[in-house]
Amino acid sequence: MNFFYPIQVLADWLVYTLFKLTPNSLVGGSINFFIYDVIKIFLLLAVIIFIVSIIRSYLPPEKIRTILARKNQYTSNVIASLLGIITPFCSCSAIPLFLGFIQAGVPLGTTFSFLVASPMINEVALILLLGLFGWKIALIYIISGLVIAVLSGTIIGKLKVENLVEPFVFQSIANGNMEMPKMSTKERLTYAKNYTLDILKKVWPYILIGIGIGAWIHGYVPTDFLAKYAGSGKWYGVPLAVVIGIPLYSNAAGVIPLVSALTEKGVSMGTTLAFMMSVTALSLPEFMILKKVMKLKLIFLFAGIVGIGIMFTGYLFNFILK
Amino acid sequence: MKIQVLGSGCPTCEKLYKITRQAVEQMGLPDQVEYIKDIQQILNMGLMSSPVLAVNGKPALVGFIPKIEEIKKAIQKSISQ
Repeated sequence: MNFFYPIQVLADWLVYTLFKLTPNSLVGGSINFFIYDVIKIFLLLAVIIFIVSIIRSYLPPEKIRTILARKNQYTSNVIASLLGIITPFCSCSAIPLFLGFIQAGVPLGTTFSFLVASPMINEVALILLLGLFGWKIALIYIISGLVIAVLSGTIIGKLKVENLVEPFVFQSIANGNMEMPKMSTKERLTYAKNYTLDILKKVWPYILIGIGIGAWIHGYVPTDFLAKYAGSGKWYGVPLAVVIGIPLYSNAAGVIPLVSALTEKGVSMGTTLAFMMSVTALSLPEFMILKKVMKLKLIFLFAGIVGIGIMFTGYLFNFILK
Repeated sequence: MKIQVLGSGCPTCEKLYKITRQAVEQMGLPDQVEYIKDIQQILNMGLMSSPVLAVNGKPALVGFIPKIEEIKKAIQKSISQ
């Protein structure tokens, strides 16, 4: 039983009964696809972001830091990556998080695991994947993302590159035991509601445009049109996808619906996954901001390791999901 | 009383500073709102999320932009403590 079946009924009724468009026609098909996806995605966004925000109000980064500073390095890379999922991430929070973690004694590798997982496995991307690609692809994305985050952190930890962090970072010790202001249940609900509305306000134009172009591609571009250029047999598909993804971070919400349509037209699944991971995990503005606290060499190292992890994932799933 | 807004200088923090100034003015308090862009000061308070509204050196609201009423309530709560 398809959970979204009622939405399909509604979309069918709107397009074929109310607007009197012919089913199976190009226009009818595209508009139906658009309405169905838009309703589905916005419902999912509203519900899931609300739930995640409630959980998050119990687990602010300050609490996560206390958890991470206590654990041993190997388990903490895993825990850091998992906690990264529920933490929102914008490039302007990268510096306080980085400094706060390091100064409270969280190892560099663990900090990097968190910095990889937090933007890559965020709830907006996951909802879009779930809504447009189905739960299997969403799950593959989460698991590969976690593996990349844990391994990148572990490698950076092993390399002992603390000398590539700007020395001033280690000169202060952050106060790790500050009492956070307490929140009542009502305040948590208000916070979750406001946060959900904020995110929706921020992403809705991108999602509408993304799904709109996607719907057009769905109706008008012949199936397998792109297979020639970006099918799984093409070796350059994956690295190209990663490079194109780097500057697109702020538009992740619009990019995912767009790629979902491209996948239908022959772009292979591994290449698509690699592209989405690159969009979310490798962000140019974040790198530029991190320059304040670490040497360029460490940023390249970080981007290189994550980039290789993403490419490996891309090739792997191009191979498996043929 | 010391009312401070701490942030990295990002748009969210600027907005909190503006709303807090309005709140203080509407409450008829004589205090100036101090705007601190030094991230280390946030860290010294034990926090990592920005923006922060702190009253008398203690964080009152952390990590999001509250409604003006919530800011007034938070300041009121700190006064009565």
